[in-house]
Amino acid sequence: MSDAPISDAPTSEAPGTPAKPAPAKPVPARPAGGRAGMKKELPEHFKAYKHVWVFIEIERGQVHPVSWELMGEGRKLADKLGCELAGVVAGPPGEATRAAAAEAFCYGADLVYLCEDPLLTHYRNETYTRALTDIVNAYKPEILLLGATTLGRDLAGSVATTLLTGLTADCTELDVDPDKSLGATRPTFGGSLLCTIYTLNYRPQMATIRPRVMSMPERVERPVGRVIPHVLGMAEDDIVTKILSFIPDRDAAQANLAYADVVVAGGLGLQSAENFQLVRNLASVLGAEFGGSRPLVQKGWITSDRQIGQTGKTIRPKLYIAAGISGAIQHRVGVEGADLIVAINTDPNAPIFDFAHVGIVADAIRLLPALTEAFRRRLSPHSRDRLAG
Amino acid sequence: MIDETFDAIVVGAGMSGNACALTLAQRGLKVLQLERGEYAGSKNVQGAILYADMLEKLVPDFREDAPLERHVLEQRFWMMDDTSHMGMHYRSDDFNEARPNRYTIIRAQFDKWLSRKAQEAGVTLLCETTATELIQDAYGRVIGVRTDRTGGIVHADVVVLAEGVNGLLGSRAGLRAVPKAEQVALAVKEMHFLPSETIDARFNLKENEGVVIEAAGTLSKGMTGMAFLYTNKESISVGLGCLVSDFRDGQETPYGLLEAFKRHPSIAPLLAGSEVKEYAAHLIPEGGYRAVPQLYGDGWLVVGDAAQFNNAIHREGSNLAMTTGRLAAEAIFQIKSRREPCTKANLALYKTMVEESFVMKDLKKYKDMPALLHTQSRNFFLTYPELMSKAAQNFLRVDGTPKIDKEKATWRSFVQRRSWPGLIGDAFRLARAWR
Amino acid sequence: MHIVVCLKQVPDSAQIRVHPVTNTIMRQGVPTVINPYDLFALEEALRLRDAHGGQVTVLTMGPPMASDSLRKALAYGADRAVLLTDRFFAGSDTLATSFALSAAIAKVSQTFGAPDIVFTGKQTIDGDTAQVGPGIAKRLDLLQLTYVARIAELDLAGRSITVERRAEGGVQVLRTRLPCLITMLEGTNEMRRGSMADALRAARAEVVTWSAADAGIEDLTKCGLRGSPTVVKRVFAPAARAETAQMVPPAERDAAASAEVLIDALFTRAPALEADLARLAAGY
Ligand SMILES: Cc1cc2nc3c(=O)[nH]c(=O)nc-3n(C[C@H](O)[C@H](O)[C@H](O)COP(=O)(O)OP(=O)(O)OC[C@H]3O[C@@H](n4cnc5c(N)ncnc54)[C@H](O)[C@@H]3O)c2cc1C
Ligand SMILES: Cc1cc2nc3c(=O)[nH]c(=O)nc-3n(C[C@H](O)[C@H](O)[C@H](O)COP(=O)(O)OP(=O)(O)OC[C@H]3O[C@@H](n4cnc5c(N)ncnc54)[C@H](O)[C@@H]3O)c2cc1C
Ligand SMILES: Nc1ncnc2c1ncn2[C@@H]1O[C@H](COP(=O)(O)O)[C@@H](O)[C@H]1O
Repeated sequence: MSDAPISDAPTSEAPGTPAKPAPAKPVPARPAGGRAGMKKELPEHFKAYKHVWVFIEIERGQVHPVSWELMGEGRKLADKLGCELAGVVAGPPGEATRAAAAEAFCYGADLVYLCEDPLLTHYRNETYTRALTDIVNAYKPEILLLGATTLGRDLAGSVATTLLTGLTADCTELDVDPDKSLGATRPTFGGSLLCTIYTLNYRPQMATIRPRVMSMPERVERPVGRVIPHVLGMAEDDIVTKILSFIPDRDAAQANLAYADVVVAGGLGLQSAENFQLVRNLASVLGAEFGGSRPLVQKGWITSDRQIGQTGKTIRPKLYIAAGISGAIQHRVGVEGADLIVAINTDPNAPIFDFAHVGIVADAIRLLPALTEAFRRRLSPHSRDRLAG
Repeated sequence: MIDETFDAIVVGAGMSGNACALTLAQRGLKVLQLERGEYAGSKNVQGAILYADMLEKLVPDFREDAPLERHVLEQRFWMMDDTSHMGMHYRSDDFNEARPNRYTIIRAQFDKWLSRKAQEAGVTLLCETTATELIQDAYGRVIGVRTDRTGGIVHADVVVLAEGVNGLLGSRAGLRAVPKAEQVALAVKEMHFLPSETIDARFNLKENEGVVIEAAGTLSKGMTGMAFLYTNKESISVGLGCLVSDFRDGQETPYGLLEAFKRHPSIAPLLAGSEVKEYAAHLIPEGGYRAVPQLYGDGWLVVGDAAQFNNAIHREGSNLAMTTGRLAAEAIFQIKSRREPCTKANLALYKTMVEESFVMKDLKKYKDMPALLHTQSRNFFLTYPELMSKAAQNFLRVDGTPKIDKEKATWRSFVQRRSWPGLIGDAFRLARAWR
Repeated sequence: MHIVVCLKQVPDSAQIRVHPVTNTIMRQGVPTVINPYDLFALEEALRLRDAHGGQVTVLTMGPPMASDSLRKALAYGADRAVLLTDRFFAGSDTLATSFALSAAIAKVSQTFGAPDIVFTGKQTIDGDTAQVGPGIAKRLDLLQLTYVARIAELDLAGRSITVERRAEGGVQVLRTRLPCLITMLEGTNEMRRGSMADALRAARAEVVTWSAADAGIEDLTKCGLRGSPTVVKRVFAPAARAETAQMVPPAERDAAASAEVLIDALFTRAPALEADLARLAAGY
């Protein structure tokens, strides 16, 4: 991903920007902004790079759901390109790693590269970078996708630099051009803009993709297919970094925000930390997760893993209720994937009404308790039975 | 505490502070400038029209690199009621001159530029540093300032208060009174972004030409106030201000008035489809001549808005600020070159220089305007605009009423609303205050 | 001890606008700031320096104007600032940026002493890639510690460092060797306010300014646009949603009635929701 993506755009005025350098290869007819309009002419030694790969992320025996989301997306790309879809599974020898490899087929893989080694029990940059780089160099994928998680981004950065290829981070949309190159679209400038990025003249084309932006594909029971084993070839003594311990997040609910079906969130409009309790109350009646806008984290009303938005969590619930949140662009990019966005705000001109599906101009501090009460009543089994009867 | 002593400390990096610091440094003095904002101009608010003449005195070739938006080609004065405006436009190709006289600017950019000039001239500028207190010696002479940074006391031979209309430092030290609610207007302003081609088309402009609209009338709901709309390159500044005392005594909010102004049928089409990115509120000193405080004392001077140097009738402020800042620097330089201390007696030179300049002369000319507009605000801002609008409509509608009857009806409406003595009195008072 | 902190001057993303017709960026008047994430790295570096002695060098690659950000870093208390600026760097993507920055760090190391730790922010707000840190680590062969939430222990004599690193679902406690590269997680500390003496020193300090040649970069094909495998083909504004929110009229002064109307509107709009919610509420 371009570090200063915009300076490549035709409007570039980054001070010190030189005139666009002449393209390395002759340019065909269509004029376009600088190198971006160039025909992607792949050097000969990269032509052997084929197929779409997805790195399957396993942490402590669990496959991160983003990996399956990427399998779904990878399948579409592979079908368009007329090539195969492979999963790359790395982990300690044993049941969990094997299960992940088998599962990959159920999510659409044609084959799986499997690297099993006790040194891969926990994620470490050194071991995983080595494993993935070696597999890429040995089997040459055209496209390599990873989840934009802490693990995926740590790994992708080192692998791409080792391979000296391009990497587009944190994508929200992928597509292939008629000439078969990968166009990766991602937000930039804090979500105020989107840009589509290509990796010219290098392979593989790497991208990390945000969790929850691609839809989860349907799982279809399938037998285990082709599995190509790979040997790590490292010893513990080669590895400098040691894991002393792992402290799981005590509050198990924390990590669930991104995958919650219903999320209730509050913003500065709630006016005090005490009033934030109203959000929690509604969430608890709905069996929902709760979160908030960034200023609430800064004020210490909620912990940082409850922050929703550009620098917090991206959520994709069925129902999102935002109370006293103005809807700044940085917040918006984190919630736009929700199926139904409900906004409660006293200001009829609040930007949140531009992207909410249902809005009400009301004082959240008064409405939230009423809403909690009303939901409690309408969702209780008793009242539902009566309705049914 | 910092060991070093400066020739001068300038508090504030707005128009007046930058003019003063720049001039002092150009004359070879060692200047420390303090600004509480993140950078010079980060918090400053202005409409904003820049008057070239006063800037030329500081940076003669400013047109080469100053961040100017558009030069003003056309001026519109609008008197408005709720559905109409009646106006006077002046547009002249003569304003398309090599050295235009008025420009629109964006203060955040302009102040940064002017501040850079000052720094290049040798000024040491510290941003995100608020002067919290003036330090006085046993005789009450100002000898430095305390800031909000640790170890933040600095000494200087003279302190220039260029802290703008709020001027807390000066009032806290008892050097100037806190301005009264009748002496300051509260202005709100928004920036509406539009592509420059759209602005050109809507205002009938090309390249860097600009339009200024100044409006008064029912939009201020009978309070003393005005609204404005200025074209920048890729944005339109629109705002409105009324006296703080009026807001205090009434039901209206500045934001509400601005919303209504933007929805006015004469204004809305000019702003249609724009994206609002900035909302700012700021005070404007409007007390005029009678509100100007003590300007100098032992070891201190006050310049710009902090000294109430603002011509509300002509909507001039930045030029008075630049001029008084420059004059203060020149006075200090003269005293210093004579190797004399910056005592109250010596600094009186500054006041003499201000009195000889246009600054004091203009303020004196309009010395009665603020009081007049304030006491007669309902008439000037509500009654007359409505009457004028009706009169114009009556005049323009062709409906078979004989012209003579129309004229009579118009006069009758004026007399009914204001009475003959009232009308004559208003005309007389206005003429006298203007003179 | 010597610590290098990489920081970037970025446009304040909240103020970026897009030309509604040409879909290009309207940069006019958009103020720049130090990438907010980098302040956590800088503060952590300053704390380590205060505790263990030594110096903090701040480094940025950018246009000459970027010296404003470096000066600000000096005012926070950094000891030295280096600006890497050259028109050859224009249009750098993360691969080219990490190449240039690692060359500059090598030069810093020769000139001012080898760094024990290189810090970067987690990511930038204009690029948001979080790749430059890992890129520098790889190129300089530094041990890579990303998303660090806390530095638990630094043993200069034993050349080891122990950190807490945010991972999916928990925190890894890692020990590794110096020199290393740390990308600091946001929200982990709070930037200090420099003293009056720091502010004065910063206002007058010389920012060391290097061109590509000064930094010892010979292969210019690895820099800027030419050294960047990725290319931005299109920049555009997110499509505005066509429909606007369905506004539910609030019941005058009656929150309970408003709540009912709102819930009715939701269930009418998304009929499956009621059953889903009931299931969730019941805790299945
Ligand atoms: C680099 C960067 C990254 C950022 N990342 C994020 C991010 O990840 N997530 C995020 O959320 N923000 C983020 N922000 C901040 C973002 O720009 C906004 O400042 C923030 O989202 C605003 O929070 P808010 O809506 O709670 O507060 P405000 O903007 O102050 O809005 C409060 C709203 O509450 C309404 N209100 C007031 N009283 C009531 C009441 N009684 N009942 C109902 N409504 C009421 C008001 O009308 C207003 O609309 C980021 C900013 C930057 C610069
Ligand atoms: C809405 C509006 C429209 C206007 N339109 C025009 C116009 O079109 N043309 C025109 O000529 N004038 C106009 N004016 C008036 C003009 O803006 C002012 O007269 C001018 O800015 C005054 O300059 P100044 O330097 O005195 O104060 P300011 O520009 O306000 O600068 C004061 C500076 O001091 C700093 N400061 C304050 N206290 C401290 C402290 N304790 N320590 C450190 N720093 C401090 C502030 O941050 C600020 O940067 C307008 C004003 C407003 C509000
Ligand atoms: N041009 C630059 N100059 C200095 N540091 C940079 C630059 N670009 C990126 N960085 C550092 O690398 C980190 C990650 O940036 P990015 O990969 O662009 O998200 C930032 O937080 C900075 O610390």
